[in-house]
Amino acid sequence: MNLQHVNVKLLIEDFGDAGLERLIPVFHGWIQDRARPELLLDIADYRHVPAGPGVVLIGHEANYSVDNTDNRMGVRYNRKAELDGSNQDRLAQAAVAALSACQLLEAEPRLQNGLRFNGQEIEIFVNDRLLAPNVEVTREVLHGELESFFRKVFRNGEISISYDKDPRRLFGVSVKAARRFSVADLLANLGGRD
Amino acid sequence: MKASNAQWAKELSGKMPEDLSREIDIFETEMALRKQGKLDERLFAETRLRRGIYGQRYDNGQRHDGKKVQEVAYPSGELTKGPNTMWDAPGMQRIKIPGGGLNAAQLETLADLAEEYSDGIAHVTTRQDFQLHYIHIEDTPSVMRRLAAAKITTREACGNSVRNVTACPYAGTCADEVFDVTPYSRALSKFLLGHPDTQNLGRKFKPAFSGCSQHACGLASLHDIGMIAATQTKNGEETRGFEMYVGGGLGAVPYQAKLFDTFVPQEELLPLAQAIARVFARLGEKKNRSRARMKFLVQDLGIERFKELVLEERRGLAPDPRWTAYLESAQQFEEAPLRAAGEWPQSPSGAFARWLATNTRPQKQEGYVVVTVALPLGDITANQLRSLADIARQFTRETVRTTVEQNFVLRWISKSDLQQVYTALEAAGLGEAGGGTIIDIVTCPGTDTCKLGISSSRGLAAELRKRLGEKSFELNESVDHLHIKISGCFNSCGQHHVADLGFYGVSRKVAGYAMPHFQVVLGGEWEHNGGSYGLPTMAIPSKNIPEVVTRLTERYARDRQAGENFKDFIKRVGKPELKNILDDLARPPADPTDRSLFSDWGDPREYSLGDMGTGECAGEVVSPVEFGLGAAEREVFEAQLAWEKGQVEQAGKAAYHAMLQAAKALVMSDYPLISDDPDRIISEFRTRFYDTQKFFDPFAGGKFAHYLFAAQEHSGGPYTSDSARYLIEEAHLFIEAAHSCYNRMGTPAAV
Ligand code: SF4
Repeated sequence: MNLQHVNVKLLIEDFGDAGLERLIPVFHGWIQDRARPELLLDIADYRHVPAGPGVVLIGHEANYSVDNTDNRMGVRYNRKAELDGSNQDRLAQAAVAALSACQLLEAEPRLQNGLRFNGQEIEIFVNDRLLAPNVEVTREVLHGELESFFRKVFRNGEISISYDKDPRRLFGVSVKAARRFSVADLLANLGGRD
Repeated sequence: MKASNAQWAKELSGKMPEDLSREIDIFETEMALRKQGKLDERLFAETRLRRGIYGQRYDNGQRHDGKKVQEVAYPSGELTKGPNTMWDAPGMQRIKIPGGGLNAAQLETLADLAEEYSDGIAHVTTRQDFQLHYIHIEDTPSVMRRLAAAKITTREACGNSVRNVTACPYAGTCADEVFDVTPYSRALSKFLLGHPDTQNLGRKFKPAFSGCSQHACGLASLHDIGMIAATQTKNGEETRGFEMYVGGGLGAVPYQAKLFDTFVPQEELLPLAQAIARVFARLGEKKNRSRARMKFLVQDLGIERFKELVLEERRGLAPDPRWTAYLESAQQFEEAPLRAAGEWPQSPSGAFARWLATNTRPQKQEGYVVVTVALPLGDITANQLRSLADIARQFTRETVRTTVEQNFVLRWISKSDLQQVYTALEAAGLGEAGGGTIIDIVTCPGTDTCKLGISSSRGLAAELRKRLGEKSFELNESVDHLHIKISGCFNSCGQHHVADLGFYGVSRKVAGYAMPHFQVVLGGEWEHNGGSYGLPTMAIPSKNIPEVVTRLTERYARDRQAGENFKDFIKRVGKPELKNILDDLARPPADPTDRSLFSDWGDPREYSLGDMGTGECAGEVVSPVEFGLGAAEREVFEAQLAWEKGQVEQAGKAAYHAMLQAAKALVMSDYPLISDDPDRIISEFRTRFYDTQKFFDPFAGGKFAHYLFAAQEHSGGPYTSDSARYLIEEAHLFIEAAHSCYNRMGTPAAV
């Protein structure tokens, strides 16, 4: 199964509306400074939508956002352009991109130290229903691959993996580590940089 | 962009209607030809527009990032999908929903597409369509195929074509309707889609249906053709038909539709619409886009001559069995409920009670209501669409429609189910009260995504929602029922003319810097199918608009006479007093170092109209150009006052003079000694600003200059009430264009 359009979301501590508002100039700054490897284009502000995409930094190859889907707020990387390599490569690319973005946001003074990874929870989605329909077969095929990826991310720490089984939704998996990790730790576990 | 793009055609083969599938194949071929340079970019642009694929802001490859204009280096390099429109730039996909009617599976399809190809949001428009933003052109065939498999088309959603046929979302349930217009609107939509007689229109063509004349649901008066249900009794037998209006439209200068016929029998609906389209295609303006809407043709010919031509055309049409084939089933068309009729909830309280009061509307069928699902700014997430589909399946026979107020309605909800429906909507984040009230603000995309946006209509709408929502429980009942509508520019996609409080984006130069503003439009009427259009009052900085709303609504709540609606209140108070109330808000900030007014709502970048320079502060010096433009604004205001008093000659003359004044102000920037002679002013303006294209709007070209030239031709009068009103609107736009031109000029040399 060819995993493309991988989304990785790092759940964060309560960030609130004020946090999202402060995020907007930060994302504009990223466009001004070309702060990410992707071509960054614009910002979409959906703070008014309950449990919505939050504030989205639209890029050509990928979007970055602080997303509140399912009322679970997190830093999300949404890979739009196709990538070469193995499924492990593509999972790692998206995870490193999300972690690096989160690291920048954690250090961002304009957010007044307001954004913090919760240290334990990551969600992964495949944003293409044809490539990865959210059905049992997909879960069976991908489980081993995902598990070994999560083991690497959390350096063989104790984790629990769960799947969203609504067939109408994107293929999605959540992982929760038994202890807390820092973003820097997770980045190091993945070989470090984007 | 999507790795699965190549697979969808095969996956959905046999699941799409044949004609739609073929259409999409053709488009894919055209895309390939364009990429090989074998299809001209202009032709390709119209081709994609007719599939609903629209450009978006920054698609010319440039974006002002708040400090400087950045070149956006798209991977496809110089390849374009239209003039000045880069291939890789994200665009908007508009999706036609005739009459706003959707079933649960279609909601789910829209959810999937919003998630996979857009940014997770589907947006309901003011014409019952959907829009998905930030879509890559390479993904559009997959999007269209998946829609086609759900029996939805994007065909003719944009471009010079027959746009979505809109209809009252309460049709069939409303106690005030004459009959259910649903089957007629669907028949017209199907008949005109791809019809050979609608393929050569000079401009878009928008039809709308309403079940009655007193409510606003169909907005018949602001459409190219508007149908209001009517019946006639002859020899004791009642027959159905329509009061038909033609030549309405908002846009820069709004036109009320003219009555074409008080009764068009139902069997004449389709052939007459066909004849109208043929006349429009044959005689409508093709070259000058700013005069190409049918409203100008009707205005130029006069309604009587237009009608003669249409009836003549009608007589020459070859009979088509489709004209009447649907009539029998239309007569019998009726939706059915899923659940048994029920009773109103006993003693509701709190948020549920407020929601019941604002978001339900009794049906004519005993025991049922229509529930409004209020969407903030017309936005809905993929998960919410799926929840809505579940609710529609559980409580109705999937009778869901979008509305022109950018909401959904769920029809045929049993009164006994209201608590459960509310709970389910609430759980999905869709249970917000205030549907149809002052917090249910309508807005166009504005500067968020629209290339023509001048100010942030969505940013302002979000801010007003937040502030009004916080005090919604304190709002006076009369204020609660007002309508706010916002457009990002004069093109009126937010329908600001038919709001109690309307706003449209303009810019002004203050102390040498561009500052986002909104024109405050007052006196419009939403009821009676958009019964009257408001007029601009004054331009106010964007950041001061919430205070405008506060002052006007407080004054209305305090001074309103018994039963007086907002339009009549505005008229009674009068423009001079309104100006007094708002005057201080229009002034430049007292503290020149306060930069907050120089950015727009929700956008912290220093405000800019494209790549104009911003470092040319002229200090506090007010140039003669600015004085001249200010004088022009005063004169157009006086024209408006005269028009309101019925002094149409005076109004027409003052509006023309206001335009002259603005033209003179510009001419003074490089020819300070220009005289007051109108011919001289216009000749100098033509040479220095029109022929050089300095005055040209980046998108509308020389349109606004033509307003001045036409006004000069008719400057001897006589003026009618209509022509004076149009001239006032044109004068407003001409002065706005003069401001923009002055902005583009940078700091003028001292004169
Ligand atoms: S009113 Fe203006 S800004 Fe708004 S969508 Fe229309 S053209 Fe764009």
